[in-house]
Amino acid sequence: MEVLVFMVVATVAVVSAMVVLLHKNPVIGALFLVTNLVCIAVLYLLLDAQFLAAIQVIVYAGAIMVLILFVIMLLSLKREEGIHAGSAQRFFGALAATGFVALIVRGILPISWRVASVRSDFGTAEFIGRRLFSQYFYPFEMISLVLLVAMAGAVVLAKKKL
Amino acid sequence: MLNVQGYLVLSAAIFVIGVMTVLLRRGAITILMGIELMLNATNLAFAAFSRQRGSAEGQIFVLFVVAIAAAEAAVGLAIVIALFRLRETTDVDDVNLMKW
Repeated sequence: MEVLVFMVVATVAVVSAMVVLLHKNPVIGALFLVTNLVCIAVLYLLLDAQFLAAIQVIVYAGAIMVLILFVIMLLSLKREEGIHAGSAQRFFGALAATGFVALIVRGILPISWRVASVRSDFGTAEFIGRRLFSQYFYPFEMISLVLLVAMAGAVVLAKKKL
Repeated sequence: MLNVQGYLVLSAAIFVIGVMTVLLRRGAITILMGIELMLNATNLAFAAFSRQRGSAEGQIFVLFVVAIAAAEAAVGLAIVIALFRLRETTDVDDVNLMKW
């Protein structure tokens, strides 16, 4: 059952990522990117990371993708050039990409990964939150600072007169 | 049973598709979407290794990556808007002021 869910979701994820790569219309690309992000959220559930799955849907599929779609529609971008490359470049690009994946697969498959047994509350909000607010408290606060700076930067950059 | 290899191979595949989106497409927003694909692929690898080792560190790192991705998307899209105001285009080939 778990393997079946993984195979289906992984196929959908790769196909939707390919649509992002190949489709000329950025709105369609953004919608398929949402599909890809939701697929990864399902994979997080299979990996016992419930909190990450919720965060993935709320922050990525919700906030970031709405921001991207909002900008696409604000600028009313219709169609753009698709893949802009000669046939030789396209061939060698695909060859290099396939080779890179083959290299990684070659490195991963011979290793027998021993999967640890985990507590029943692994990946819940409480489990993550306890670590986040004790051991990783300072990095967590730094992230809020980064978000504040990014917000100020975005406001200044998008202003009419720089 | 849980199989970590599958997740890692899928992560590599999505990462390569993201790299190709950044390298081969010319629209600035599509390039940003390629970056999101790459960040998601690394997040998936982090979550897989977190489950394999049974430690929380990988998942906490994913949280930080998501926060950085949100900041990156906000600033990147603001740059795209400023670019569009200036040049009436989001094609990165038309933005070559600093290219010699």
